[in-house]
Amino acid sequence: MSSNTTSVTRSAGPGAKAVKGVSTWVDERVAPAKFLRKNLAKVFPDHWSFMLGEIALYSFIILLLSGTFLALFFKPSMVEVVYEGSYIPLRGSSMSEAYASALEISFEVRGGLLMRQVHHWAALLFLSAMAVHMLRIFFTGAFRRPREINWVIGVLLFLMGFLNGFTGYSVVDDLLSGTGLRIAQGIMLSIPVVGTYISFLVFGGEYPGDDIVARLYTVHILLVPGVILALITVHLMLVFYQKHTQFPGAGRTDKNVVGYPFFPVYTAKAGGFFFIVFGVTTLLAGLVQINPIWLYGPYDPAIVSAGTQPDWYVGWLDGALRIFPGVETRIFGFTLPWNVIFPGLVMMGAFYTLAALYPFLEQWVTGDKREHHVLDRPRNAPTRTAVGTAVMAFYGILWLAAANDVIADWFELSSAQLTRTFRLTVIVVPVLVFILTRRICVGLQRRDRDRVLHGRETGIIKRLPHGEFMEVHEPISEREIYELTQHDQYAPLPALPASDHNGVAARSSIGSRARVRLSGWYYGTQIPKPTRAEVEAAWAHHGGLDGATHEAEIEHEERAAAEIEAADQGELGTRR
Amino acid sequence: MTDLPESGGAPPRRDLAHRIDPAQAGSHLPDSSAALVESYGAVPDPGLAPHEHRRADVDPAAERRAERQVTAMFGLSALATVGFVVAFFAVPDDAAVLGIGAQNAALGVTLGVALFLIGAGAIQWAKKLMPDVEIVEDRKPMRSTDEARAELVATFQEGSEDSGFGRRTLIRGSLLGALGLIGLPAVVLLRDLGPDPGSALSTTLWDDAAEGMPLRIVNDVTFTPLRPEDLEVGTLVNAIPENFEGSERYDGLPHEGPARINARSHSAVIVVRMSPEEIRSQQGENWDHEGILCFSKICTHVGCPINLYEHRTHHLLCPCHQSTYDLSDAANVIFGPAARHLPQLPLGIDDEGYLIARQPFAEAVGPSFWERG
Repeated sequence: MSSNTTSVTRSAGPGAKAVKGVSTWVDERVAPAKFLRKNLAKVFPDHWSFMLGEIALYSFIILLLSGTFLALFFKPSMVEVVYEGSYIPLRGSSMSEAYASALEISFEVRGGLLMRQVHHWAALLFLSAMAVHMLRIFFTGAFRRPREINWVIGVLLFLMGFLNGFTGYSVVDDLLSGTGLRIAQGIMLSIPVVGTYISFLVFGGEYPGDDIVARLYTVHILLVPGVILALITVHLMLVFYQKHTQFPGAGRTDKNVVGYPFFPVYTAKAGGFFFIVFGVTTLLAGLVQINPIWLYGPYDPAIVSAGTQPDWYVGWLDGALRIFPGVETRIFGFTLPWNVIFPGLVMMGAFYTLAALYPFLEQWVTGDKREHHVLDRPRNAPTRTAVGTAVMAFYGILWLAAANDVIADWFELSSAQLTRTFRLTVIVVPVLVFILTRRICVGLQRRDRDRVLHGRETGIIKRLPHGEFMEVHEPISEREIYELTQHDQYAPLPALPASDHNGVAARSSIGSRARVRLSGWYYGTQIPKPTRAEVEAAWAHHGGLDGATHEAEIEHEERAAAEIEAADQGELGTRR
Repeated sequence: MTDLPESGGAPPRRDLAHRIDPAQAGSHLPDSSAALVESYGAVPDPGLAPHEHRRADVDPAAERRAERQVTAMFGLSALATVGFVVAFFAVPDDAAVLGIGAQNAALGVTLGVALFLIGAGAIQWAKKLMPDVEIVEDRKPMRSTDEARAELVATFQEGSEDSGFGRRTLIRGSLLGALGLIGLPAVVLLRDLGPDPGSALSTTLWDDAAEGMPLRIVNDVTFTPLRPEDLEVGTLVNAIPENFEGSERYDGLPHEGPARINARSHSAVIVVRMSPEEIRSQQGENWDHEGILCFSKICTHVGCPINLYEHRTHHLLCPCHQSTYDLSDAANVIFGPAARHLPQLPLGIDDEGYLIARQPFAEAVGPSFWERG
């Protein structure tokens, strides 16, 4: 480390002199030397999954760059013009100035189409990277204390990204985006009591009016990006200040961080990765067409094309709108269209709220309020992992349902039958996925236990003197044993006492009873990890690291099998 | 929880005596938290794996090779950038190769390669040539010391006392009141974003239709009035009232401003013809004209215009969310998320033999809203 700081003074080249001159000038004005010295050497742990958030950050920077270029040419106006540009099929059509200028960017401005496609691809990448990054954070428990705030910021960023993606593809005012806007207006109208007013305020009167594109444009290029930028700043400052989490392993604890220095290794790696993300996005934009607006034509509220499909991140909302049954109630002369309120408002609201609250809900159930910097392996938190995959299944099925017409067309099915199937599977499959995931996690825990207690399978089959065949196991390294057993293990909350010390019937609140039950649900399914005594005993049977005697091995195998079975049958808490 | 050692906290515990007895741990804990059964590895932490040198660290040839690779990538990137500038000026915007716009592809590939190679070079440099020895940095727990917290509280209380915020209740009350109200202009200012909805959502161009003042139905592209004899059984025509474009009796909507596009979003209709005996029900008695029926084109779910008509079954399908209406049965919903039928217009024929709407829609068209009733 010290070589980094001393190298400047050591070398006496002209470059070093210039660096010294500049740094002196800056230092005499803001005195950052101590702060920078400390943070240049800041350690970041290494793992491929830590790059997912980076992709999101970089695609946002690409969005800012390409968006600035597009803003120089785009005219956010709904004034009717007659198209006279170079795209022959639309010549002579009347359209909004916004759509006409988007066509001009695509056909007349050199590099304009490239920047439009970079912008759209980067937007899809931004949302995708955020989604996968959130899943990584969720499944590894990185949202636990002290990172709850950053999780909430992340959920907000995902919501803001959704909003900016939608406003972004809506300002173009082509037929496809106009249809999306119409659906958004239909959802606004469904809001009880104030829906009509909200729609009239947003659209400046009747739908579609001639205000919406300019308004969406301000929201899209100023308001939401400003919020995103502010949130990203806080998000990164917290990552920096709290130091990055790390995956478990020998030498990695909650009290340290193991990795490489920010300067020079991560400066090169992360800086280089920005260029890679930008390069790949640009290659996609050059070679793979996205959102060919000229094919859709100008927006006309009386026209729609078959097979309309929103961008991927809006898909699950569209899918929910498609499969929710047509239920509407009238009460005291007022209309409540549940077929829109539920999928459009309640589901979205509940999803984002529950996502934001998840760290606090889990804390309440588990009572685990300690600081965590070493990540969980998903198998060691079976219930959380199962909740995550169940939500993924729910989201995924709604997402597929948004393509029910396309699927019906491809596979020659009836779209009505498909919709009925989706109505059923959206409820059943997440439950099945939950159960299955928990079982897989427990199976993996069992395999870890197995590996720690009687080593790895070598693939060598031995025939014993009395004729029995068995596979030779080899003990695993101490490092691996540590890695497989370093995690925390909890027992569920004990049942509440029926009476206190004095024999008076204890009163317990509904909350605490629910908590005991949820704790049992959360921690009930897990395989006890091997204790130090068990490992020592197993190793003694193996005669240390090498040369196990056959008899001892067989005896040990049997014992271990019985143990696993016992563990399998009893819940961890009750067994102990 | 405070009396429990933190996970991985102290240096690896080597003797089993320190193990937490689960039963005991449980009894120590308040009812509100789960018992931490195990919180350390089954063996003492063996520490970081020893560092292994990369080839470029020990083999000068490998080091030089890595250096050459990095330089080559940076050099090729520079070439690609030059290529981008050349392509920008040299490739005409109507050139095409294999049906792909050549300009966009050339610009995208050159710029993409230029960017990518800077990144690839930097990462190769970091991975092969920069130090790869893992460094361990300590973490401090994310909490201030008790003294710091106490000092903060004291400083705040001192300042608070000095300001008299707690004592001077009149100042405090009036300030809070003023601050509470100052947000109001921000809300009020937004009021003029849009007009009062009034009855706009229940209004269409068809409201001009009345007894003695019928409204002709015109094709929504050519604006020619429809005659029954132009419509064969099985056809569907997209239509709009004559007062949209204008006729002898009506001025039509202005081309300036949003009036026309707004009208298309609520007054668009579809006209279909089927054999009269196929009509099972209608929203009003004899609202058809010789098997010709007219319905709102706007889906009652979330407002997409509907256009997929299966003329043998008389099913009309919304392409957005697959709400399906049976036009031979009063346009009732037979499948999908919509909850209400498509409103129908009563048809007739005027002296000159053109199709007319005899009355306006009896209910609001399009998606449901609170005041719809």
